[in-house]
Amino acid sequence: MTDHAGESGGQPESRRDFLYLTTGLFAGVGTALALWPFIHSMNPSADVLALSTTEVDLSPIEVGQSITVIWQQKPVFVRRRTAEEIKIAEQTPVADLPDPQTDAERVIKPEWLIVVGVCTHLGCIPLGQRPTEPRGDWNGWFCPCHGSHYDTSGRIRKGPAPENLWVPKYEFLDDTLIKIG
Amino acid sequence: MSTHTQHSSSSGGGLVKWIDSRLPIFTYLQKEYGEFPAPRNFNYWWNFGAILSFMLVIMIFSGIFLAMQYTPHVSLAFDSVERIMRDVNYGWLLRYMHANGATFFFIAVYIHLFRGLYYGSYKNPRELLWIFGVVILVLMMASAFTGYVLPWGQMSFWGATVITNLFSAIPLVGDAIVTWLWGGFAVDNPTLNRFFSLHFLLPFVILAVVVLHVIALHVSGSNNPLGIDPKGPQDTLPFHPYYTAKDSFGLAVWITLFAAVVFFAPNFFGEPENYLKANALLTPAEIVPEWYFLPFFAILRSVDFNLWFIDAKLGGVIAMFGSIFVLFIVPWLDSSKVRSARFRPVYKWFFWIFVLDCVLLGYVGGHAPNAKVFEGVDWLEFIDLGHVGTAWYFIHFLVILPVLGMIEKTKPLPTSISEPVLGGGQAAAGAAAKPMEKA
Repeated sequence: MTDHAGESGGQPESRRDFLYLTTGLFAGVGTALALWPFIHSMNPSADVLALSTTEVDLSPIEVGQSITVIWQQKPVFVRRRTAEEIKIAEQTPVADLPDPQTDAERVIKPEWLIVVGVCTHLGCIPLGQRPTEPRGDWNGWFCPCHGSHYDTSGRIRKGPAPENLWVPKYEFLDDTLIKIG
Repeated sequence: MSTHTQHSSSSGGGLVKWIDSRLPIFTYLQKEYGEFPAPRNFNYWWNFGAILSFMLVIMIFSGIFLAMQYTPHVSLAFDSVERIMRDVNYGWLLRYMHANGATFFFIAVYIHLFRGLYYGSYKNPRELLWIFGVVILVLMMASAFTGYVLPWGQMSFWGATVITNLFSAIPLVGDAIVTWLWGGFAVDNPTLNRFFSLHFLLPFVILAVVVLHVIALHVSGSNNPLGIDPKGPQDTLPFHPYYTAKDSFGLAVWITLFAAVVFFAPNFFGEPENYLKANALLTPAEIVPEWYFLPFFAILRSVDFNLWFIDAKLGGVIAMFGSIFVLFIVPWLDSSKVRSARFRPVYKWFFWIFVLDCVLLGYVGGHAPNAKVFEGVDWLEFIDLGHVGTAWYFIHFLVILPVLGMIEKTKPLPTSISEPVLGGGQAAAGAAAKPMEKA
C-alpha cells in the first residue's frame, strides 16, 4: 500500500488503504486457519494412534535370549541379559563413550534391556538378535549397513552412528509383562 | 482511488521487475485481472465464474488430501472411507467438503449456464467460449460420476452398473464396450481402480479447459446484462478493484451457504443407501443418481417406446446424450441477433418455461416412472410428465430457438451500456478511462 501511495505523491493513508489491509488480513488469516484441517489430516489418525502401545509378555524369554517385538511399526529389541553382560555394561567407563550414558540410565531392571532396534545412523536394523548373527566387537549389536558396533547396553562404541540405541518409554505392568509406549 | 487501479507491472520491486522481464507473469496478471475492462453493468449472476473457479480449487484441494487416505480396492474402499470419517483428523470435514462441494459446484455451474442462456452469452463472438463451457460441464459430469463410485456403497455400485450398462445399447459393439469399460464381466475391482485413476485425472483436464475458457473470455470480453458491446471506456470498469470486490462479496455469501450445509446438513444431498457397502447380489429398491443428474436420468427413462429400428433402450441413451450435445450447437440454433432476454419479450417467457421444464424433469427423475404423481389420480404417472418434459426440452432448442429468432419483435437496444446507467455516455469515470488507454 504505502509504496503505491508514495508513487502518487505521498498521499496520506486513506480509508481505502485500511479496507484493503483489513480485507487482505481477514482473507489471509481465514485461509491460514482453513488450511489447518488439511495439514492436520496428514498427521497420524486415531486408528494409527490406537496402535501406539504394545504389551509384551517376558515370561518365555530365557537368560541370554533376545526377542524382537513390533512397536509403532518399528522393531524393539528385548534382551534378557546374562549376569556377565550386565557386569560389563555397568563397569564400562562412561567418559570414553561417544554418547555417554550409564547402564542404569538405560534400564529399569538390569536383567531386561529394551531398546528400539533401529540404528541411530541411517535407520538400518542392527544384527545380533539371533545366535547366528554377528554381535559386533562389544557383544551387543552390529549394524551391517555402515558398521556401527553397539555394546550390551545398546550404546554406540564404534562406527558412524551418533547416538546409543534409543530406549523407548516402557513400564512393568507386573514382573513379566511390560507395556511399551 | 486511482492510485490503486493504475499500478502496473512497472510498480513492483526489483525482484518483480527481474522476473517480469524474463517471464511477464505480473504484466499478464495486471492486464487480465487488474485493468481488464469489464462491462460496468454486471449483476450478481456474473459472480458465478469466480465462484466456479473457487469450487474447482476446493474440489482439487480436498480431493488430493482425501486420496492420501483412500484405498481403491473393493474390499477396502468402503472401510477406508469410514476410516476417513471416524479416525483421520478432520477427515469428516474433508469428505463432507468434497461431497457437498460437488453439489455446490453443480448448483453454480447450472446457474452459470442458465445465465448464459438468458443473456445470450453464447452468441457471436462467444461461440467457442460457450463450447468450452459445455466441454467443462461434460467433464464435470464424468468426474462426478467416477467420484461417486469410489466410496463403494450400494448406490455407488449400482449407479456404476446402470450407467456403464447404457453403452450396451450401442448396436453390435455395445456389449464389448461395456466389458472393456468394466475390465471384467461386472463392475468390480478393475472398474473401481480405473474410476479412481480417471477421477484423479479429470479435474486437471477440467482445469486445463477452464484456462482455455478464460482465455477465450478475455479475447471476446465479457457479455453483460444488456447484451450489447461496450463502446468505449465509459462503458467499462477495471476488473480490479470493482469486480474483485463484487466477486469477493458474492463468494463470501456462497461460502457461507456452503459452510452451512457442510457443517449442519452434510448428508442432506446424500443417499442413505450409500452408507451400505456395495453388494453385487442385492440391488437397492430404487436406484437414483445424485440430484444434479436427475433431469438427464428422467430423459433417459422417458423414451420407453421403439422408434423405427431404434429400440427404447438405445432411444433413451440417444435422448440423454442428445440433451447434452444439443447445448454445443445452441449458438447456431438461436437465430436471434439480440443477445439479452431483456430485449426479447417472448424469449424471456420461453426461457422461464425451459427452466421450469428442467426442474420438472429433475422432479420426474427422482421418482419411479410408474408411480402416480398425485394420489388418487390414476391417469397421471411420472412417465407421462417425463414424456412432456423431454419433448419440450428438445422443442425448446430445436424449434423455439430457431423460429423465435425469426418472428420475435425485439425491444430497441440502448445505444450504450452507460446510457441507461449514467443517462448518457459523457461522464466517463476517471477510474475506467485510464486503464483503457493502456489496453
